[in-house]
Amino acid sequence: MKNNGWVKKFRSFVFENKVMLLFVVLTTASIIISGLPLTVIAGSVFERFGRNGFLVLALLVPVLAGLGLNFGLVIGAMAGQIGLFFAILAGINGIPGMLVSTLIATPLAMLFGWMVGRLFNRMKGAEMIAGLILGFFADGFYQLFFLFVLGGVIPITHEGLMLPGGIGVKNMIDLKGYRMPLNDGSGGETVKGFIEGAFDKLPIGDLITAITIAVIVYLLVRGVMVMMKKSTFGLRDLALGIAAAVSFSLLQIPAIKQLLKINNLNFLTTLTIVLIVIAVWQMARLVYAFILHKREGTEKTDVEAKSPSDVLSQSPDQKFLQKSDSRRSLLILLLCAVIYGLTYIPPIRTIMRFIRIPVFTYMLIAGVCYFTRWLLRTRIGQNMRTVGHSQVIANASGINVDRTRVIAMMISTVLACWGQLIFLQSLGTVATYTQHVQVAQFSIAALLVGGATVQKATTKNAIIGIFLFHSLFVVAPEAGKQLFNDSQIGEHFRVFISYGVIALALAMHAWKAKIKPNLGISAVTGKNDKDNSKIAESS
Amino acid sequence: MSKTKHFIDQIGLPRLIIGLFFIILIIASVPLGLPMDAVFSDILRRWLMYSILVLAMVPGIQCGISLNFGVSLGIVCGLLGATTAVELSSQNEGVGPWAALGIALVIGVVLAAVLGVLYGLLLNRVKGSEMTVSTYVGFSIIALSNIIWLTLPFKSGELIWPLQGIGLRNVINLEGSFGGLLSDPTVTSTQPFPLNYLAFDIGGLTIPIGLILVFALCSFFVWIFFQSKAGVAMSAAGENELFTKAAGISVDRMRILGTAVSTILGAVGIIIYAQTFGFLQLYNAPLMMSFQAVASILIGGASTMRAKISHVAIGALLFQGIMSTALPVVNKLMPNSMLPEVVRIIVSNGIILYALSKTRGGHQHEK
Repeated sequence: MKNNGWVKKFRSFVFENKVMLLFVVLTTASIIISGLPLTVIAGSVFERFGRNGFLVLALLVPVLAGLGLNFGLVIGAMAGQIGLFFAILAGINGIPGMLVSTLIATPLAMLFGWMVGRLFNRMKGAEMIAGLILGFFADGFYQLFFLFVLGGVIPITHEGLMLPGGIGVKNMIDLKGYRMPLNDGSGGETVKGFIEGAFDKLPIGDLITAITIAVIVYLLVRGVMVMMKKSTFGLRDLALGIAAAVSFSLLQIPAIKQLLKINNLNFLTTLTIVLIVIAVWQMARLVYAFILHKREGTEKTDVEAKSPSDVLSQSPDQKFLQKSDSRRSLLILLLCAVIYGLTYIPPIRTIMRFIRIPVFTYMLIAGVCYFTRWLLRTRIGQNMRTVGHSQVIANASGINVDRTRVIAMMISTVLACWGQLIFLQSLGTVATYTQHVQVAQFSIAALLVGGATVQKATTKNAIIGIFLFHSLFVVAPEAGKQLFNDSQIGEHFRVFISYGVIALALAMHAWKAKIKPNLGISAVTGKNDKDNSKIAESS
Repeated sequence: MSKTKHFIDQIGLPRLIIGLFFIILIIASVPLGLPMDAVFSDILRRWLMYSILVLAMVPGIQCGISLNFGVSLGIVCGLLGATTAVELSSQNEGVGPWAALGIALVIGVVLAAVLGVLYGLLLNRVKGSEMTVSTYVGFSIIALSNIIWLTLPFKSGELIWPLQGIGLRNVINLEGSFGGLLSDPTVTSTQPFPLNYLAFDIGGLTIPIGLILVFALCSFFVWIFFQSKAGVAMSAAGENELFTKAAGISVDRMRILGTAVSTILGAVGIIIYAQTFGFLQLYNAPLMMSFQAVASILIGGASTMRAKISHVAIGALLFQGIMSTALPVVNKLMPNSMLPEVVRIIVSNGIILYALSKTRGGHQHEK
C-alpha cells in the first residue's frame, strides 16, 4: 500500500513539474555539450540572477490576484527608465542617483499601474492578451516621449544624452556618467551621472552602517512609544539593541573598516554566513520552544506567530504543531550541517569561490521574496487570493474586486520599475529604445520554467526558474556552436525556447481550464490539498 | 444631433478618426509639393500588397477563433515556398519566373494546409484563450523559422551568405525570379502579350492589374466559400456554438477548416507581398506582421466576432494609405524622423486594444 502511494506521489510530482524537469534535462545537456567550465557558467548565472531576480518576482502578485501573467511588466520597466534618464540628466552619481531615479519613477509606475489595472478591469478574462498589446501600445508613446517630447517640447541641452539635433535621446545611455566641465572656473572636468553598479558595488561596510543606523532609529521610535505608554520593551528590542551596539563598535575598528570596503562576497562566504544565521535562528527557536514546553499552555501563540507559513494553517491541535515545529527546526539544522559539509568537496568549493554575490542586490531580492510572503498574511493579500480563486465569491463576501485587482497591478508595476532600475545599474548601459521590450517576455519565461502556471506562482518557482532559464541562456550559444558549428543557432534556439515555453504554458492553462468540468477538480490539481479545497469552494 | 451620432455609430469612431486623418494627410501632401501620381501609386501598391494578408483574418474571425495572431504560421510556410522557388529557379535554367511563382504558391499552400489543420486542432483545445495562445504560437514559429533559415541546405548564391556557405540572407532579392511579375511595369513590359498588361503606367500612375486580379480572385474564393454550405456552417459555428451544435454541425471541424483557410491565405499573402515588394524578408522581419494584419481588419470595421471582405478592403486601404502617405509628408516636415513608425505602433496597437475592450467589456469571464 505504502509503496503504491510513493509511486503515485512520484508520478504526480513528475506530471506537475514536467516543464521544470524538461528544462533540467535540456539545461544539463546544453551545459555538457557546450563544454564551458562550470566556474564560468555558475559565475554568470549568479550575476544574471542578481539582475533579473527582482523583475521575475514582480510577476507573482498579479498571478495571485487571478490576473495571470503580467505582460504589462514592460510598462513598469519604462517608468524605471524614465526615472533613470532624469537622474542622469541631473548628473547625480551613485546611490543618490539611484534614489532620485526611484523617487521619480515610483509615482509614475504607480500611475501606470493604476491605469493598467483600470483597463484590465474593463477586459476581464482577456488580461494577458490585453497586457501584451498594451505593452506594444505603450512602447509607441514611450518612443514618442524619448524621440520628440524630450528636447522637442521639454528643452534639454546635454551633449552626451541628446541626439545631435537636440531633439530626442540617443540610442544608448551610458551609466558610467558623462564628462562635465566644473562650474568653479578652473576649467577642470568631472564625471556626472555615474550610476553603474550603485547597488551591486555598494561596500559592505556602508551597508552595515546604514542598517545599524536604521535599527538605532527604529529603537529610538520604540523608545518614544514606550515612554508614551503605547508599548513595552520586549526581548526582541533588547537583542536588536545589543546587535546594533556590537556592529557599531566593531565598525570603529580600523582593520574591520578596511576589510569591509569590499563590495561583494564570494558564494562560499555568503553561504557560510547564511547557514550560520539560519542555524543560530533555528537553535534559538528550539530553545524557546523547549522553555515554552516546560511552561505549558501559557504563551504558545507567540511561537506560532513567528513562523510565517504556519499562520495560515493554524489548527486547534497546538501541541502537535509545536512538536512538528521542533522537528522541522532539527531537520533544518541537519540540512545546514550537510550543506556546509558539501562545501568541502573540492570541485564545489572551487566553483563557489568563483561566484561573486553583490550583497545589497541579493538582499533586495530576498526582501521582495519576504514582501510577497508577508503580503499573503495581510488582509489585502487574502483578498487577492480570494479574488484570484473566484471573483463571484469575492464579490459576495464583500471584497471590492476591481479595487483589489488594481492594487495588485500597481504593486506589480512598481516592483517591475524597481526591478528594471536594479537591472540597469548592474548592466551599466541603457539601450534607450529597446531595453524594456523583452523584459516581460524573459521574466515570464523564467517564471514558467520554474514550474509556475497562469494561476499559481510562488517565490520558489521564480528562484528555480531564473537559475534554470538563465543557465540555458548562458550556455545555448556555445552549445549551438559545438553542435552545429554556428553560435547563432544557439541564440535563436534560446529565443525560441522562451517563446515556446510561454506558448506551452498558455496552451496547457487553457486546456486544463477546458477539461476541468469533465474530469472533476481533484484529477486536475493533484497533490496540493489546500488548494484543492479552495478551488472546490469556488466552483 | 442624434443624426450625427447615428452616423458616427454606423461608421465607428476609430474608423472615422483614421479616415479623416488619411484625408488630411492626402490634402497636406498637395501644398507640400509631393508628386501626387507617385503618392497614389504607392497607396495603391501597398494597399493591394497587404490586402491578402488582411483577408486571411476573415476565415479566422468567422469560424470563431477570433483574431488570428498566429497567421505567422502561414507566413513562414509561404516564405519556405518562396525560398525553395528561388533556389530552384536559380539552379535550373528551365524554371522561369512564372514557374517560380507557381512553385512558391504550391509549396506554400500545401505546407500551410497541413500545418493549418494541426494548428486548428491545437486551437480547438484552447477555446476561450485562442488569442494569447495564437500570439505566442506565432512568435515561437518565427523563432523556430530563424533556426530553419540558418540550416536550410540551399546552394543558390542569391539565397545564402556568400562567405559562410550556409545560412540564408536576411533580405533576398527576387529580381531574378518572380519579383514584380504582377505589379512592376518594368518587369511586366518584358513579358509576352497579354502578360505585359498586368501592370502599366498611365501618366505616372502605376496600375497593378495583376495584383488587383489576384486580390479579386482570393476575395471571390473566400466569398464563394462563405456562400457554400461549409462556409455558412462555419459562420454559424463562430456566431453561436451551442445552436450550431444543436443543428448537428461539428463546430470543431468548422474551426479547423477556418483556421486552415486562414493559414493558407497567410501563405499566399506573404508570397504576393514579397513579389510586390521585390524582396523576401526572413528572420524576425515577419514577427509583427500579423499585428499589422489584425489592426488593418479592425480599422476596416470588423469586430473580434464578425468580419466581411469589405472590411478587408477598407481596412487595408486606410492603414496602408496612412503608412504610405505619412512617410513622405513627415519627411518633408521633419527629415529623418521616426514619427511615421511611432504613429504606426500607436495606431495599430491602439485599435487592437480598442477592439478587445469592446468585445470583452463588462463581460464577466467567470465560471
